[in-house]
Amino acid sequence: MKLAKVKKLLNAKVYTDMDYENVEVFSACGSDLMSHVLAYFKDRGLLLTGLNNPQVVRTAEMMDILCIVMVRGKEPEPEVVKLANEKGLVVMKTDCTLFTACGLLYTEGLRGGGY
Amino acid sequence: MAEVIRHTWQVLADDYSTAGEASASLKKVLKQLGFAADIIRRVSIAMYEGEINMVIHANGGTASAEICEDRITITLADSGPGIPDVGLAMKEGYSTASDRARSLGFGAGMGLPNIKRCSDDLKIETEVGVGTTLTITILA
Repeated sequence: MKLAKVKKLLNAKVYTDMDYENVEVFSACGSDLMSHVLAYFKDRGLLLTGLNNPQVVRTAEMMDILCIVMVRGKEPEPEVVKLANEKGLVVMKTDCTLFTACGLLYTEGLRGGGY
Repeated sequence: MAEVIRHTWQVLADDYSTAGEASASLKKVLKQLGFAADIIRRVSIAMYEGEINMVIHANGGTASAEICEDRITITLADSGPGIPDVGLAMKEGYSTASDRARSLGFGAGMGLPNIKRCSDDLKIETEVGVGTTLTITILA
């Protein structure tokens, strides 16, 4: 699924500088526990989380995650945006809850990337 | 790659903004050396979990990596409080992390189990009140 579609489905706002519309993700993971992301996420893709601190970007970098979607209307901290730009990651925000955001993407065909 | 490549990083206590920089640096080196994606992924996860553990629990310490053609050995040495019960610490879900660490998405009791899962060999040397040294080996 292209990130342009993710943005549209979640009515999301993009914070980072890189061109994102045609970046494609093939799987997604929803979690507020970064250790679970490290343990269970298998494929390059999309991370949905309620956290908005720099460790989310660090975790994404370790797992080759391409895009972070912050749910429940959480604005990313400025240092998060700065770090994501340095690492070439896309950061978005949606007002959806984690459950709803995952459901919207799943309904349109995006699947989990873990076990 | 005939020679052995060594890198060392200082990991600062309670510095959550820079936690992960050593792991990112190692990952970059391994990519440049052309290691397979699966190996880089396992090294990255093990190193990052270890680095975070040092920040959360151990007053920081020293992380070092020895990179050979057929293996990567990571050593994480701290002079923190030590682990009183290694068996318990290896159990998924057991955690002594602070609320601060939990608020950042860690402290789920997955750190050491994740490191073990990603490594071919994990050696834990620990003494309460003295410190802990993890030696993680991943075969390439």
